[in-house]
Amino acid sequence: MTRHPGAALVRCAAVVLGLVLWFAGAGPAAALTQPQAFAMAAGDSDERIGALNAAVAAADPALAAYVQALLADEVKVAGGRAYIVRGEQVLDTASGAAVSLPEGAQDVINNNRMRRELGAAAAAMQLLSPDRDQRARGIAELRSQADESKLPLIDKAAAMETDAALKQQLELLRAAVGISSEDKLRRLEAATLLAGSRLPATRALLLERQAEESEAEVKAAIKASLAQVERRLLWGEWLGVLFTGISLGSILMLVALGLAITYGLMGVINMAHGELMMIGAYATYVVQNLFRQHLPGAFDLYVLAAIPVSFLAAALAGAVLERSVIRWLYGRPLETLLATWGISLILMQTVRSIFGAQNVGVENPAWLSGGLQVLPNLTLPWNRLAIIAFAALVLLGVALLISKTRLGLFVRGVTQNRRMASCVGVNTARVDTYAFALGAGIAGLAGCALSQVGNVGPDLGQGYIVDSFMVVVLGGVGQLAGTVYAGLGLGVLNKLLEGWQGAVLAKIMVLVFIVIFIQKRPQGIFALKGRSAEA
Amino acid sequence: MTSSLLGARGWAALIAASLTVVVLIPLLNLAVPAENLFHLSDFYVGLIGKILCYAICALAMDLIWGYTGILSLGHGLFFALGGYGMGMYLMRQIGLEGNYKSELPDFMVFLNWKELPWHWALSDSFVAQMLLVVAVPGLLAFVFGFFAFRSRIKGVYFSIITQALTFAAMLLFFRNETGFGGNNGFTDFKRILEVPLGTPGMRVALCVTSGLVLIGFFVMARAIVQSKYGRVLQAIRDAETRVMFTGYNPVAYKLSIWTLSAVMCAVAGALYVPQVGIINPGEMSPAASIEIAIWAAVGGRATLIGPIVGAFFVNGAKSWFTVAFPEYWLFFLGALFIAVTLFLPHGIVGLFRRRGRSE
Repeated sequence: MTRHPGAALVRCAAVVLGLVLWFAGAGPAAALTQPQAFAMAAGDSDERIGALNAAVAAADPALAAYVQALLADEVKVAGGRAYIVRGEQVLDTASGAAVSLPEGAQDVINNNRMRRELGAAAAAMQLLSPDRDQRARGIAELRSQADESKLPLIDKAAAMETDAALKQQLELLRAAVGISSEDKLRRLEAATLLAGSRLPATRALLLERQAEESEAEVKAAIKASLAQVERRLLWGEWLGVLFTGISLGSILMLVALGLAITYGLMGVINMAHGELMMIGAYATYVVQNLFRQHLPGAFDLYVLAAIPVSFLAAALAGAVLERSVIRWLYGRPLETLLATWGISLILMQTVRSIFGAQNVGVENPAWLSGGLQVLPNLTLPWNRLAIIAFAALVLLGVALLISKTRLGLFVRGVTQNRRMASCVGVNTARVDTYAFALGAGIAGLAGCALSQVGNVGPDLGQGYIVDSFMVVVLGGVGQLAGTVYAGLGLGVLNKLLEGWQGAVLAKIMVLVFIVIFIQKRPQGIFALKGRSAEA
Repeated sequence: MTSSLLGARGWAALIAASLTVVVLIPLLNLAVPAENLFHLSDFYVGLIGKILCYAICALAMDLIWGYTGILSLGHGLFFALGGYGMGMYLMRQIGLEGNYKSELPDFMVFLNWKELPWHWALSDSFVAQMLLVVAVPGLLAFVFGFFAFRSRIKGVYFSIITQALTFAAMLLFFRNETGFGGNNGFTDFKRILEVPLGTPGMRVALCVTSGLVLIGFFVMARAIVQSKYGRVLQAIRDAETRVMFTGYNPVAYKLSIWTLSAVMCAVAGALYVPQVGIINPGEMSPAASIEIAIWAAVGGRATLIGPIVGAFFVNGAKSWFTVAFPEYWLFFLGALFIAVTLFLPHGIVGLFRRRGRSE
């Protein structure tokens, strides 16, 4: 192809012309006029909103800054003109030039309704932003506050949108606006479109419109869409309940694991178990503070250091308790129950004396805050996910310890037949101490885990102790499997019932369930089989 | 029969105790002038009345734990239920004098309820309400005990389940919708049987009633443990399996003493509420129930008189500690739990008995 200078010139001219035309088209819109600005700032709310929506519909880019100024209460009006006042600086809204504020300029007062409209306008203006995140935010904000006045803007944004996901969201947003339209056909179209949504907000909107809709045809369309949306949301909800149930269950399991070991081995109900958890949680708190003071750079790793510390702190406390008190009460389970209750009172009051009666703050490290968004209505928090994984690891560790190590062998031996184990040379007294310390240490681990999801205070243990006893009662003793199934089962059951009847009635129903269950299996889910009349 | 029930010294002590309650307390409080050394202040009358109610609970605990070997960690529930039963009647007695000048109790006005809920239907009648005080906890204990004993739940398992029971009930009563005043429970009582509550005479009357009920229950308990029925109970405590093998059905024995013990606690609760002027779900907390057990343990289990001594000792110490060293009370109580179980298996009474025997 021969290069023709004329052709290049023509092309060049065309580009220039195009640019000029584009500027000419954009030019008037870019400059917000004084009368427009004044109309938005003064007069009664209806008129102001009208002016605002007209400006939004024109998709005026200069509007965004002005709306922000209005929202920040930086606008004053005088003599039919509006001014932006930032400290000493006064700007003319139309030209942006610095001017002097005339005498008697008045503040613009925005009532709540006006603020809402301004907020919606600001969100709508974001739809045109070049930044994808900002556009996504704008869509999210508009979802709850869009009305028909924003339609032209939404249409324009949808036409310009390049991101497929955002485009789809804009379509849904359009439908959400359209369903409130005066026009029946438009409502019908919107109702059908909304069936594709997977957002909880859509369901709320459809429910609201379903109640208000008068046209049978549209009503039927809304109903059909609603059914689809609900079916889609149902999954997220059920999974959410299941997840919180498993999360609670894994905590209960962690708490009950230690109890099951001490009860299975020694027939001792340790009422101070909750307070050993509390020791673990406070150990975590202390480690956190040490990291904050001495190793601020490695703060995010404090949890990892807190795990062994809380285990050792609680295990040590447990070993001391076993040696000093519980050792003397073997064979008298009811007395042990009272003595350990006394220990729990002393431990609670000690913690109160040292750390104060108020809850102390344990912060999540950065990598445990936030969550994993699985579905639009289902976010799994990292800290709960971590606890589930942690509980599984502890369970695995304990299972290995009991089944593979020499200590585990002794523990099983003493659990099955104390006298016989003693006869073949097992030092049962020492096994008792180790096992009790192990149970206490696991309680400490549970406390460390709990500090990441709940309050840490002197009453921490009391809140979980009744539930964890229920796990032990339901699961039966002497088998880890029972604790696992009972813990997870009770957690999920509790959350399911909670969603249906509320927390308190759920607790009561669970208790009734347990009482009925042990009618059938008095020794729990997994009882050790034996022929003793006492069993 | 009478002599074998208590013995000559026992009867003398019983009469002395009755006289103290009926004559000495009213005399020292009402007749002796305030500046006299022997004057019993209103505060102490209230305290003694309160502890007498606690002692009834401890006695009930002794029957079920000391003599039958069943440790209940839920007796606070029955105590509180009795208290609520009495509280409902007292709330209705306030009449139009509440803060809202309404026919309904204040908390119902506050919740914007228009009429009494169904379970308040009988609350206007003293007699009916007192029947409920006995019937409701009794029925609850019977049904719960029936299921628990039938499936042979015993030992620590039973204790844990009773604890869960009172815990669940506490959560239930904390709810406003349950219709028992939620968190705040009932308070601001004005009168009982149309007689004002705040007067010295009424205070002494309630204290004396509590004392007489305690003495009555004591004699009843004594008769029970000396009867054949009581012997079977003790046999169940010591070797339940053998009792079963000799042809007795332990369920009936355990269930009956369990229900009786619950009813005794309920009566104590009903006497307690007009004296302290408040009842709230805190009485159902597991800690409150365990304390009842410790009263019995401190005084000495399976002695009947021991738990009464224990109730006075622990609660006397409590009212002294919480004034003198409030922060050390839990340390003391905790140490008491440990010390009694480790060093005093027979309690305070056991201490004296041993000395008496060695002389």
